[in-house]
Amino acid sequence: MNQESLGFIFINACFINNFVLAYFLGICPFLGVSGSIATASRMGAAVTFVMLISSICAFGIHTLLVAIDAPYLELISYIVVIASTVQTVEMFIKKVSPTLFRQLGIFLPLITTNCAILGLALFQTNRGYNFVQCLVYALGAGAGFTIAIVIMAGLREELDLSDVPGVVRGTALALMLAGLLSLTFTGFAGLGG
Amino acid sequence: MSAPDMKFTIEPPNSWHMIRALGGVGVLCSLLIVFTFQATLPTITRNKAEALERAIFNVIPGAATRASFQVTDSGALVSFEGEPKDEVLIYAGYDSDGRLVGVAMETQGKGFQDTIRLIYGYSPEKQQVIGMEVLESKETPGLGDKIIKDEDFLANFAALDATLTSDGSALEHPIEAVKAGQKEQPWQIDGITGATISSKAVGDILRSSTETMLPILHNQVNLLKRNES
Amino acid sequence: MSTSNIAPAGSNPVMDTDAFIKGLWRENPVFVQVLGMCPVLAVSNTAINALAMGVAATFVLVMSSTLVSLFRNFIPKQVRIASFILIIATFVTIVDFLIQAISLDVHKALGAFIALIVVNCIILGRAEAFASKNSLGKSILDALGMGVGFTFALLCLGIVREVLGAGTLFDIPVLGDGFQAWSIMLLPGGGFFTLGAWLLVFSIMRERKKNKAVAK
Repeated sequence: MNQESLGFIFINACFINNFVLAYFLGICPFLGVSGSIATASRMGAAVTFVMLISSICAFGIHTLLVAIDAPYLELISYIVVIASTVQTVEMFIKKVSPTLFRQLGIFLPLITTNCAILGLALFQTNRGYNFVQCLVYALGAGAGFTIAIVIMAGLREELDLSDVPGVVRGTALALMLAGLLSLTFTGFAGLGG
Repeated sequence: MSAPDMKFTIEPPNSWHMIRALGGVGVLCSLLIVFTFQATLPTITRNKAEALERAIFNVIPGAATRASFQVTDSGALVSFEGEPKDEVLIYAGYDSDGRLVGVAMETQGKGFQDTIRLIYGYSPEKQQVIGMEVLESKETPGLGDKIIKDEDFLANFAALDATLTSDGSALEHPIEAVKAGQKEQPWQIDGITGATISSKAVGDILRSSTETMLPILHNQVNLLKRNES
Repeated sequence: MSTSNIAPAGSNPVMDTDAFIKGLWRENPVFVQVLGMCPVLAVSNTAINALAMGVAATFVLVMSSTLVSLFRNFIPKQVRIASFILIIATFVTIVDFLIQAISLDVHKALGAFIALIVVNCIILGRAEAFASKNSLGKSILDALGMGVGFTFALLCLGIVREVLGAGTLFDIPVLGDGFQAWSIMLLPGGGFFTLGAWLLVFSIMRERKKNKAVAK
C-alpha cells in the first residue's frame, strides 16, 4: 500500500515526473498534434478523459488478476481493455455529441497506441496505488500531458512565424524545443519535498 | 477492432470467422504466455533470490547464511519460507558459526526525484546500522545518484548509531543527515555536496524505518537467534 | 542512401534482400518514418540499455510478424487490429519473462518500457502494412530489417548519450579522467536534444544529396 499523499501524487504526475517530458510517454501525439493550441488542448482533454477511464479499468483488472493469481496476463488484459475502452468511448461520443466527435476527429483512435495510457496503467500497478490514488494519478498525468502539449503548441505557433532554416524545420526543431521544455520541468524536482 | 465505414463490399463479414479467428488467436496466445511463464519461473525465482542474498550479505558484513522472518500486523516475528507476496519481511544474517550478526530490512521513501528503495543492516548487539545499499533510485544523474556509489557517503553506514531508549520504544537519537563535513555525532550522516536533498532523503528514510522496526525487534531478538551449535 | 541492387520484385521471393535492407536505412523506422520514439528516448541513456531494448523489440517484431503472416488468411479484416494487438502483447509478455530470466539488472534498467514495446507503433505498423499481406519469408526479413534499423537508431542515441553523459561506453571509461561529464545527456532533456541532433544530421545529408541530384 503506497503511502504517498494525494496532493503529492498529483504534483508528481503533473510536474515533477511529467509523463511526456520526464517519462517520454506520449511522444507521438505530442509531436504530431502540437501544431496549434486549439487542437492541442482538445487532444489533452481527450487523453485525460481516456486516462481516467483506463485507470479505473486497470485497477479493476489488477484486483481481479491478483485474486485469481495470474499476474502474467496483466499486460495483455490492459491493452485489450484500453483498446476496447477507446473504441466504446468513440462510439458513445459519436452518438451523444456529434459536434464533439467531429472536433476530436482522428485523435481518439490515435490514443489507443498512445504509450501514455498504457504507461499510466503499468505505473499505477507497480506503485500499488489504491483506487482514489489511481484517480488522482490519472488526473495529474492527464493534466501534465495537457500542459506540456499546450505549451509546446504555443511555442511552435510562435516559431512558425519566425525565420527558421528549412533544414531544421519539422521534427528536429520540435525535439530541440521538447528538450528545452524538459529541462525546464526538471526544475520542479524536489517540489512538495 | 474499428467498425469500418463499409463501402459496398462483395461479402458481408462472417461472424463465425471473426469469432473463430479471435478465439483461436486468444487461446494460442494464452498458451504461449502460460508456457513461457512456467518455463522461466525457476530461473527468475533463482535470480531474484540471488540478488536479494547478495544485497543482504552486503549490508550485514560477516554474514554467511540468512533466514527470513515475517513481521505480522501485530508486530510479531514469525519464521518465513518460500515466495513472499505481500508480507513485510526481515532477514537475519548469521556468521559461519551460526551467531546472529545482524538483521537486514528493506524500506523505501520519497527521494528528490522519485521513490528511493534501500536495504540496510542493523546489529542488535552493537545497536548500530552496519550497512546500507540503495536498491532502486531515480535521482538526478551525476548529482543525486551519488548516493548509490559515493564511498565516503556509504562509509557513514558502517557504524551508524541507532541506540534505543532504555524501554526500547524509540530511538534515543533519531538518525539525521547533515551537510557535508558537519557530522559530529555517531547518529548523523555526512551528506554529499551537491546532493544534499538526496542525502537527506536517505537519512529520513532510514530514520523512519528504524523508528518503526527497531522497537519491534527489541523484544524479539532471541527469536532470531539460532540454536548455536 | 543505398539503393541496393534488388532483384525485380517477385522474382526471388524468399531471398529478397531488399525487404531486409530497407529497414536499415532507406525506411529506417526511427530516423525516416519517425516512429517508436518513446522507448528510443527513454532507454537510450546507456549503450547497453539501448542494445537490450533493440534486441527485445526486434524479437517481438520478428515473432509477431511471423504469426501474423502465418495467419494472415485466417484472420478476417474486421478483427485484424485486435488480433495483431493480442499477438504483439503476448510476445512482449514473453520477452519480459525472458529478460528477467537472463538479467535482472537489465530488466530493472528497462523497467516499464519492456511492456511499452506493445504500443510501439513500429510493430503494429509493420504487421498492418507488411506482414498481413506478404509471405512468411518476406515478412520475417522485413521484420528483421526494421528491428535492426531500430536497434541501430537506439545505439546511435545510446552511445552518444553514454559517452558524453558519463564518459563510458558499455561501462568502460573511454574519455579519460579529465573529462567532466555532461550530465544533461543523461536527463530526459538530453534525450530530446540528441535525437533532434541526429534527425538534423540526416536531414542535412538528405538535402545535400537532393541538391547534388538536382545540380546534375
